[in-house]
Amino acid sequence: MPLRLLKFAFSREYPETRMFRQPDRLQSSYDAVIIGGGGHGLAAAYYLARDYGMTHVAVLEKGYLGGGNTGRNTTIIRSNYLTPEGVKFYNESMRLWQDLSQDFDLNLFYSNRGHFTLAHTDAAVRTMRWRAEVNKHYGIASELVDPETIQKACPLMDLTCAGHAPVLGALYHAPGSIARHDAVAWGYGRGADRRGVEIHQQTEVLGITVRSGKVTGVETNRGSISTSRVLCAVAGFTPRILRLVGLRSPLYIHPLQAMVSEPMKPWLDPIIVSGSLHVYVSQTARGELVMGASLDPYELHATRSTLEFAEGLAAHMLDLFPCLSHVKVVRQWAGIADMTPDFAPIMGKTPISGFYLDAGWGTWGFKATPVSGKTMAYTIAHDRPHPLIESFALSRFANYELVGEKGAASVGH
Amino acid sequence: MSEAGLHQPFAKSTLPQEPLTDRPSRRGDRLPPMPHEWIDRDRIIDFTFEGTHFWGYAGDTISSALWASGQRILGRSFKYHRPRGILSFANHDINALMQAGEKLNLRADTTPLEPGMTLAAVNTIEGVHNDRASLLNAFSPFLPVGFYYKAFHHKRLFPFWERLIRRISGLGQLVPTTPRIRTAKRYDFCDVLVIGAGVSGLSAALAAAAAGADVALVDENAQAGGSGSYQLGGELALAETTHQLVQQVMHHPRIRLFTQTVAAGYYTDHWVPLVDRDHLTKMRAKAVIIASGAYEQPAVFRNNDLPGVLLASAAQRLIYRYAVKPMHRAVVLVANTDGYRAAMDLLTQGISIQAVVELRSDPIANPWIAQLRSHHVPIYSGYCIYEAKTNPAKDGVCSAVICPIDARGIPQTGFSQAIACDGILMSVGWAPTANLLYQAGAKLRFEPSLQQFVPDTLPPGIFACGRVNGVYEFAEKIHDGQNVGVTAFEYLNNPLPSNSCPLSRLPSFTPPPLHPAPFIPHPKGKNFVDFDEDLQYKDFIHAAQEGFDNIELLKRYTTVGMGPSQGKHSNMNALQILAQITGKSPGEVGTTTARPFFHPVLLSHLAGRSFTPKRQTPLHSRHGALGAKFMLAGQWQRPEYYARSHSSRIDCIQREAIAVRQRVGMIDVGTLGKLEIRGPQAAEFLERVYTGRYANLKGGMSRYALMLDETGVVIDDGVIARLGLDHFYFTTTTSGAAQIHRELTRWNTIWQLDCGIVNLTGARSAINLAGPHARHVLAQLTDCDLSSAAFPYLAVREAIVAQIPVLLLRVGFVGEWGYEIHVAAESTPALWDALMVAGAAHDITPFGVEAQRLLRLEKGHLIVGQDTDGLTTPREAGLAWAVKSDKPFFIGQRSLEILAKQPIQQKLVGFRLDPAFQATPPQECHLVIEQDEIVGRVTSVAYSPTLKQFIGLAYVAPEMATPNHRFNIRLSNGEIVTAIVTSTPFYDPDNQRQKETIAHPSQVAA
Repeated sequence: MPLRLLKFAFSREYPETRMFRQPDRLQSSYDAVIIGGGGHGLAAAYYLARDYGMTHVAVLEKGYLGGGNTGRNTTIIRSNYLTPEGVKFYNESMRLWQDLSQDFDLNLFYSNRGHFTLAHTDAAVRTMRWRAEVNKHYGIASELVDPETIQKACPLMDLTCAGHAPVLGALYHAPGSIARHDAVAWGYGRGADRRGVEIHQQTEVLGITVRSGKVTGVETNRGSISTSRVLCAVAGFTPRILRLVGLRSPLYIHPLQAMVSEPMKPWLDPIIVSGSLHVYVSQTARGELVMGASLDPYELHATRSTLEFAEGLAAHMLDLFPCLSHVKVVRQWAGIADMTPDFAPIMGKTPISGFYLDAGWGTWGFKATPVSGKTMAYTIAHDRPHPLIESFALSRFANYELVGEKGAASVGH
Repeated sequence: MSEAGLHQPFAKSTLPQEPLTDRPSRRGDRLPPMPHEWIDRDRIIDFTFEGTHFWGYAGDTISSALWASGQRILGRSFKYHRPRGILSFANHDINALMQAGEKLNLRADTTPLEPGMTLAAVNTIEGVHNDRASLLNAFSPFLPVGFYYKAFHHKRLFPFWERLIRRISGLGQLVPTTPRIRTAKRYDFCDVLVIGAGVSGLSAALAAAAAGADVALVDENAQAGGSGSYQLGGELALAETTHQLVQQVMHHPRIRLFTQTVAAGYYTDHWVPLVDRDHLTKMRAKAVIIASGAYEQPAVFRNNDLPGVLLASAAQRLIYRYAVKPMHRAVVLVANTDGYRAAMDLLTQGISIQAVVELRSDPIANPWIAQLRSHHVPIYSGYCIYEAKTNPAKDGVCSAVICPIDARGIPQTGFSQAIACDGILMSVGWAPTANLLYQAGAKLRFEPSLQQFVPDTLPPGIFACGRVNGVYEFAEKIHDGQNVGVTAFEYLNNPLPSNSCPLSRLPSFTPPPLHPAPFIPHPKGKNFVDFDEDLQYKDFIHAAQEGFDNIELLKRYTTVGMGPSQGKHSNMNALQILAQITGKSPGEVGTTTARPFFHPVLLSHLAGRSFTPKRQTPLHSRHGALGAKFMLAGQWQRPEYYARSHSSRIDCIQREAIAVRQRVGMIDVGTLGKLEIRGPQAAEFLERVYTGRYANLKGGMSRYALMLDETGVVIDDGVIARLGLDHFYFTTTTSGAAQIHRELTRWNTIWQLDCGIVNLTGARSAINLAGPHARHVLAQLTDCDLSSAAFPYLAVREAIVAQIPVLLLRVGFVGEWGYEIHVAAESTPALWDALMVAGAAHDITPFGVEAQRLLRLEKGHLIVGQDTDGLTTPREAGLAWAVKSDKPFFIGQRSLEILAKQPIQQKLVGFRLDPAFQATPPQECHLVIEQDEIVGRVTSVAYSPTLKQFIGLAYVAPEMATPNHRFNIRLSNGEIVTAIVTSTPFYDPDNQRQKETIAHPSQVAA
């Protein structure tokens, strides 16, 4: 029993205070306004306050804290990407993740489980080798492993996948981890709040005022704010915010669904991903299997669930793990993913002065939470993109400078 | 109200006192036969639970059989490992989950008893009676809400704590040897789907069917009837009325009744998965009536989780369905009319009621109060149960400590008294079973007079009746069901855009069925709100204190409703507690999102038989007979190579390749995408989607075709043959076939050109005959003039080969004289056989994908997808020659124009290793390293038996792309291999062998 839990048994009063205040009204102006109280927005607020002393900042969240994709993803954290830009960026994120629980004094259950991306075709083996080689070049633990190694780490897997798609190998990424997603938002939220940042939930942005190409303010359902700096960190809602300032992006929005099983005694240590079967799965500390698959095949700005998704994912889960026949699915849910053509994010400055963008997080946003917050805070504070995100600028699409991460997407989307 | 006036304390002494230690005999807990009971007393079922032998009747559930046998501890709770018994007896007793062999997390409250079952409670250490993990209960003061966020995160120690936590977490045990189970799925259709076969659902089904609708009625219980069969207040006549409704339904020709079937979710367009024990049926309805009733909600007081503390409806179900005595001496906690009914149901069955504890200080008059009083049942109004006490055996409740409660809900503990009992009933409120309504997009509003969320607006074709619609009384439920049944039928013929008249009038009674605050604080806690997750009342107060005072945040922080029951007995109380804390109305607090599934669904049911398409070419059996080793190419199975005894894989591949170079070989290329386009604007269409020029392609000729996406990236290639002015036949890559066809169809939907595209990939097949003897082999089978003059390179001819109509394309992917012979799929085996016979004298050799890859590599031909990636442009891949930039338009053209102004990042080049190279060769995707930076990668590499050296293709920095430049390839083990840039083709650089300049086969030395 950790000593720090003693106070709960021996205090007369419950010894905890609010993690985040609930300001009853908006101020008339802020040094910066962050739209979106998810992991990314809160992380940016946290680092702005902590690293740059910018505390007169409001985070506006139209729903509740961490209620978007931060609370809907399957919590996989990895850095085994394909492009040098991606690898460096996500590797910095992994570095930040390591210390986050202690920085926050909040246990994020950052759990290092190891991550296998299964290859079922020789083309997939080639891509895995490519990723492994690029990863190793940048000092990231990543290697192509043979079926025997996979079987050893995961004895209950049927490597023939019911004969449909035999596993030929895998990319093994030892640092691959999972974390308690909601707590990430709370940790950043509390850290930002304690440094003076105001978090306004149930506050919807209705307009953004731009004069002479510069941001001057934000209109909300709770009143107007004047500010010269606005960060848009709203994932699937990005096109709606961009419309308010007249910017276009190549984002396309697809639902991404997931589901979770009843708890069972832990048996699955690593995170398993199969591109061919469109499956990713890990087992939480509660014993549930958290399972995801590829994007819904059509554009849609909604978070409805579909039966087809559950059926398809279940079939592929049984292909991989026959022994799950009697396991039950408790719940399915969905988020909306803002996909980019090259599967890399859109970060940094925009043609509108003072309007910063943190978007294009598609299916890979959660793992980038710390580094996106850190680099966006830098970008806002200096009005200059952080070196790690220079190649992720919105302008890359017009300039044909794409960052081809499609090959590193966890499953074929 | 005077009738229910405060109980006089001396009344207690008049009650018969029985010693609390005597256990009821095992058979003694079965009541005399009930009318329409669900058990078959003629069939005894033996089973074991936790190593002890038990018996029950056919029709029993695990819980009813154990309870009837006096077994009170059915399981242990998730967090504190507290003993738990029956709570809901309605498919959300998450603390009574069983392991039965390889079946895990079986719900004892609803799982039918089967002969020979060997059961154990899940998640215990050394059994349910002496669970060593119950030590955690003693530590509970140290484990506040969200305790796992507050500790264990010291970086060095976390792995230790995590291992410990993972050891004790989870419920059932996965059995590794469990086989993969594939169940068939069914599809079904109906006019009106009625979900819930209680009184209102039965009435709705009958009314809709009477009007003429084809009705499907589903209920998760073993038999229809719902609460109409057990919530009787002692009036068996009600059960009889219900029984008659059920009989009518069962004999109605237009109603199909599905019992033990869960409507597991609602999906767009009235698509409802119905899950029974063996199958998932996908039901498509034209209208859906949701008559799913309500969940009874627990009162929250200390030790409300002790075995023997039950929801009133659980006790009623035990009595009327299974003839099981829930207890012998009961205390009944009530806050609504239903509680008095439940008390009467006990009393009628001879169960003594020690006290009725009425939470409200002035309950509304009801007929049962007088009846109870006439049986000398003391009624304590304005009282609460402050806590339940455990018996010495620690397997159940032995008394209820009650005390007055003031108007603010504060228990007046100074006036407390203990009432001996062996069971407590809780009847304080209901929450609507609105899950499917929410999933269907219904909007609900909070109705204060009912203290319930009721439908406000319903989407088209969705209807609600009965308790979920706020209608509680028996007669009114029948009426409501009938109304809705008729309305649903009318909707079938006149589907209105919206129907928003869910609750036409409020029910006639005024006391709300839900007490807004049945929460009794206790300094020592253990007053549980969520039994799945062991969440106590104070956990909610503390979570709110920590800032989680919004329903969604509260859920996520406390995990309320996140257990397997998904909050069926906890969400409403959590919401009411939060409303209390924040001073908001429940309507303002709102609910969390209801998502599928209503009850958990087996992966095997969801998976069904699993449809994994596999494609075989018409020649599959021929390949098999020749010893082919198959590989997957997309969905296709293709011969990787043909195995020969005493030959290694690589020897087989090289032998096949050499045969093609020296004599003749043939390969099944039936997997290529094969498309046909016809129409006046067919040429125009091809000009737009491919980079080359096709308007000027002569009839009877073919040309290479390269396709880009809008960003100028190479996505596919193939060959286009012109068969007539308005008629083209063309191929795509094997893996791209379906996608390219879809993409072309999409484009023409946008462009609306006058042409039609047909995908012939499955209808036609193809064989590539290649090698210096190819013409000689083919000439034996056809009258077609194969001379160079009549049939030049890249020409296309319709011909008869071995009496089979074919299309001959003189193309040469492998770099030899060759013919791609396209033929109707069904004629392919005959053609193959004829070629084998005709080629026998030339030792014709079938070759597989690997030999083809080697042969094309010798020619420097790239494979899209292997030698290109998601960002490769034609210029980088050395395909600029195939791009006719001066065309008015093609997909990707604008991007190429922009890219043309930029320097390229890399270039695909041929390379070779030193002929003397003996060490480990590089593999595909090994990196090209220059000054410790990544400058490219190998995309193809192989040993060429013809050239007697390793050759390959690689991307390198543009400045390195000059012949004889030496560059470094780094292997996986870090070793560096030097490669030499070499112009391609490596083999036959002038392409003489596939063209006219080659001598006739008879003049070639074999």
